Parts: sequence; structure tokens; C-alpha cells
Amino acid sequence: MTTLTQTFKIPESIKKGSKFSFCPGCDHGVAVRLVAEVLDELGLREKTIAVASIGCSVTLYDFLEVDSLEAPHGRALAEATGIKRARPDKFVFTYQGDGDFASIGMAESMHCALRGENVTAICINNTTYGMTGGQLGPTTLIGQVTTTSPTGRNVEYYGYPIKIAEHIALCDGTAYSARVSLDTVPNIRKAKAAIKKAFEIQQQGLGFSFVEILATCPTNWKKSPQKAHERVREEMMPIYKPGIYKDITANN
Amino acid sequence: MSHIVIDKERCKGCYLCIEECPKKLLKVGKDVNSLGVHLVEFDDPNHECLGCAMCATRCPDMAITEVYKG
Repeated sequence: MTTLTQTFKIPESIKKGSKFSFCPGCDHGVAVRLVAEVLDELGLREKTIAVASIGCSVTLYDFLEVDSLEAPHGRALAEATGIKRARPDKFVFTYQGDGDFASIGMAESMHCALRGENVTAICINNTTYGMTGGQLGPTTLIGQVTTTSPTGRNVEYYGYPIKIAEHIALCDGTAYSARVSLDTVPNIRKAKAAIKKAFEIQQQGLGFSFVEILATCPTNWKKSPQKAHERVREEMMPIYKPGIYKDITANN
Repeated sequence: MSHIVIDKERCKGCYLCIEECPKKLLKVGKDVNSLGVHLVEFDDPNHECLGCAMCATRCPDMAITEVYKG
């Protein structure tokens, strides 16, 4: 009789019996699972305080077995700053969407990075406002059709999309800034490594750590989950290039 | 023998796992769950499953709850 090794299980940091309320094929589920796996591996569950934001990411506290707060729209990193300064012994991270992080919350996010607060931010970038019906967001690509840009995003009227990971990397308080994608299994593994690195940087007290995750929104893109991943690969990744933009622990 | 466990009530029918399996052991089945989606079926008559967990890594809803290698 051969012995069986378990190569996959539901992380212990996921609430027992909870089911994700995301749409079929939505990458939010993968991102939440990766966060839970990293919390398990680093043994952080009992000392973690998570801050959820507004958008599809708001449902985080329904799924993670950690203490959580819910911030007003865009203010997750302002709340995280307060929590971390009051309780420096706790592990604090935020989980936000691109509309929350880079549109209404741009001031809070950027200044949190500039202050070098010792917290971690995870930003899901799906180039649209997912929960409210697929409106044009700060990261919507040029030419992308959304419900509020029915002829596609044009530069004359809407300007250019923001590249969040690059901007955060330019802040002197940032210790780690990376962009990852969830379009293939190898990239999912890289995303997990980036989240783990960001969490470790906070544990070492080095400063602000940030991970931008390129994700799909099949419902609002009006594509099948498979086609949505093709769009991430072919349209998003050439503009939002995955990679590590800043890592103060790297040798070179 | 390597195998996977599928939670029928978690599956939302996105079928991302089907493309991911290197041995093509997953397919759309006939059964439906309470959401009304046709469930993914694990069909491995020749015991080809590698236990690589690529299907479970891809699944956004953790419907593939356990993977065993051996």
C-alpha cells in the first residue's frame, strides 16, 4: 500500500464552512486563498488585524478567520495606520480594490507609503469598478469599453490609467512594491511568494509593503473566465508589467 | 493512488480547472448542484492523476478541497 501525501487543503485561516460570494471565475477567490495560505505558513493568524475596503474586496472578513475592521471607501490604509501605531505588536494588512486604493483612496494610500508605515497593502487591479456595475476606474485601459465609457476610454476626455506599483515604489517609505498576476498557475505561485515577502517585510519592521494583483472581472468584462484570463495576458500585462519594483532587502 | 476531492456545493461552474489539468482528467459532468450549474467530474479510469494540485491552485472557489499524491 502506498502512502498518500496531501498536496492541497483548504487553509486553516479560511472560516470553516464559508463559501466565497464572488462571481464564477473571479480571481478574488484565489487572492483571498493565497492570503490565508501565507497567514497559515507564517503563523500570523492569532495576531493579525485585517482592514477591508469598499468594493468586492469588502467581503474579506466573511472568509478569513482573523480580526477585521471595515474602513470607509478608500480609507483602509488610514485605519491600518491607526491600528498599527496603537498596537505595534499586531500584524496589520489591508485588502483593497483598484478603485478604492487608487481613486478615492489615493491620498491615504500614497501618504501611508510616504510615511513608511509598517503595514502591508494588497490591491486587486481588475481595471474596473466591479461591485457597482463595471464603471470606468483609475486603472481602466485606454480604449477599454465600460458602462461609463461606452465608446472606450479616450485620453482626451479621461486621461491616462495609473500604474500603481511603480508609483508606490517611488515613495521613499516603501520597503517592497511588486505587481503579480493570477492568469496562470505559475503566476499564482509567484503571487503567493510576493504576498509572503510583503508580510515578512512587515514582520521585520522595514516599512510599507505593497502587492498589486492583476485579476479578472468576467462579469463586467462580459467574457468567459477563460477569455478573461487571455485578456489579462494579452492586454493588461503588456501595460501593467508584472515584477518587483522595489525591494530594500535585495542585494543588488 | 493520487486523487482529488470535489465539494459539489462549492463549484460555480467556471470550468477553469478543466484546461489546467495536465492529464485532462476533468470534464463537465451531467449532475447539477443547488446553484444549477453542471458540476466538474473527476474521471481517472487509468489512474493517471499526478496529484500536482494545479486544478486546486487554479480553482477560485476552493471547490477542489483536497488533493492527494501517492
